[in-house]
Amino acid sequence: MKQHTRNIRNFWLLFTGPAIWWSLVLLVPYLIMLTISFYTRKFPFHVPDFQFGNYLKLIEDPQYYLVLFRSIKIAFLVGVTAFLISYPLAYCLARKVTSDRWRLLLYVATIIPLWVSYLLRAYTWKTILGSEGILNSFLMWMGIIDEPNTFFLYNQFAMVITMAYIFTPFMVMPVYASLEKIPGSLIEASKDLGANRVSTFLKITLPLSMPGVLAGFTFTFCLSAGDFISPTLVGGPYSNMVANVVATQLGIAMNWPLGSALGVVLLFIVLAVITLSDRLERAGRINLA
Amino acid sequence: MTRILQLSNLTKVFSGNVTAVNDVSMSVEEGEFITLLGPSGCGKTTMLRMIGGFEYPDSGAVFLDGTDITDTPPYERPVNMMFQDFALFPHMSVAGNIGYGLKISGVKGRNVQRQVGEMLDLIDLPGMENRLPSELSNGQRQRVALARALVRKPRILLLDEPMSALDAKLRQSMQVELLELHEKIGITFIMVTHDQTEAMVMSDRIMVMRDGMIEQLGTPTELYDQPGTPYVADFLGQSNMLPAVLNRSESGRLCARFGELEIDVTDASIIGDIDDRMTLCIRPEKVRLVDPAGDDLSGMETFEGDVQQVLYSGHAIYFTIALGQGISIILHHPLDTTLEAAAIPVKGERVICGVPPGTITVFSR
Repeated sequence: MKQHTRNIRNFWLLFTGPAIWWSLVLLVPYLIMLTISFYTRKFPFHVPDFQFGNYLKLIEDPQYYLVLFRSIKIAFLVGVTAFLISYPLAYCLARKVTSDRWRLLLYVATIIPLWVSYLLRAYTWKTILGSEGILNSFLMWMGIIDEPNTFFLYNQFAMVITMAYIFTPFMVMPVYASLEKIPGSLIEASKDLGANRVSTFLKITLPLSMPGVLAGFTFTFCLSAGDFISPTLVGGPYSNMVANVVATQLGIAMNWPLGSALGVVLLFIVLAVITLSDRLERAGRINLA
Repeated sequence: MTRILQLSNLTKVFSGNVTAVNDVSMSVEEGEFITLLGPSGCGKTTMLRMIGGFEYPDSGAVFLDGTDITDTPPYERPVNMMFQDFALFPHMSVAGNIGYGLKISGVKGRNVQRQVGEMLDLIDLPGMENRLPSELSNGQRQRVALARALVRKPRILLLDEPMSALDAKLRQSMQVELLELHEKIGITFIMVTHDQTEAMVMSDRIMVMRDGMIEQLGTPTELYDQPGTPYVADFLGQSNMLPAVLNRSESGRLCARFGELEIDVTDASIIGDIDDRMTLCIRPEKVRLVDPAGDDLSGMETFEGDVQQVLYSGHAIYFTIALGQGISIILHHPLDTTLEAAAIPVKGERVICGVPPGTITVFSR
């Protein structure tokens, strides 16, 4: 067999397995969801009467489009909060910790929570933010408040904090990677030319770490937009996000077409964000060599 | 000439008890081009970084124009550095890079533009304001790094192995350009390199360093012709280091016996106490192939040997001559003399070498 043919054969041998898996697990379910989103609701389930009614309902009924806006808003806030928490951490790890051993230890410590059940981590915040939780107890002990505060938990604030905490590793990892790539000589050169530490950070370090920040923000946003557990556990009554509504529609309400339509819209929003992020990354791409 | 920089008893120890710089003191005159020369790990880069403010000494002090700047951060020192990897900001254009220091100092937009333009003319890269560093060649990047460091008109320009990223041809032309730039601008240049040719070509003075200490400080001529230690003799240029036994004859003349040969070294530079066993340092280009019948041998000591190897090097031939008892000497014969092709000695031939004893340095063992 000629080398060229062998190369083609090898390519297909390697590609076919993952391609089939990807199709079955991702492509087919999305296609099913897309198809059902055009069906008509008819008791008890739905019939393949093709129509756009479900999408129209999403646009007309505030119950649905408000949920979408809220989800986008929350996802955005989570991204910003995760950034504020993660950037200093990643910065210290990449540029301030001198001992290699400590750097590795702390980095692993940041990532390890990912191995713990997501549900469990969200639950932890319930105990921290609750009326009998650690935060309230601490504030009372400090004498700042007299009785437990109820507005730490069961609202959007709690959701944002919980998700920001849970998704922090996804922000720390790319930011750390991009900070680490910045050559030390660039920082020294900036100082040599008269910029103090703050100036150097704002003019050199921060801009050069932006690709990592963008990647981290995109991950965090996309993961948060479709989150189900945080609204359920710590969100309270007015914090439904898209995933919760979809679950209700597919579950109790038995309205698969509407639920699927909502799911498709969320999918497209996330795809749009990823595409935008990719365009931004390309536009700002610089050669650090 | 005023003293612009004074380094007093600088010591720097890194973790793991590595003493990079060991109690070094030196001073630099304003306007001179001085080079710190030595192999990797000798402490020269650490010294430079302490002058620039990127390392703080564990003990000792740095004085600039009489002011103690030992603990001053780099952004407060009127000193600028050209980094070995150029350290150009990849997210800024050439103009952005060069203008960076000016903008930090508060210079207004139009003035920045003007000064950047002047700098670009000085380094011979006019019109390149909007290029990105990634679009430049290595040589161009080096010039931008140079311009960026010079635009703030520092008192001292530090150069950290400036030629290491360039290929041989470019290196030679950049050496001349830097030298001309130095003459034109007139500020003090302090350079670090491990390349002794570079150091000799460019510097007013060279400080040879070894294991964190100064081995010798002097002009290139002083260091080359009168090396103070075998290390310096060996580091700068090529040297033949021949173990020899010295003794005085009855007439008071000093003789050196090496191998089976003996020459009179009364006129040589003797470093250290005269002992039986010493080392003769003979530069290859000071030794000549001589023809007793035809050449003028006055002032030269001669000795015989067998040609062991002939290496043609374009402008010269390097002969390795065996002198017996396992000792050999390398001699460097330029091809602009009267040696015709047919007359070039071949391997195995017996030849006579001549060397003026005044060019020999004798070191104690």
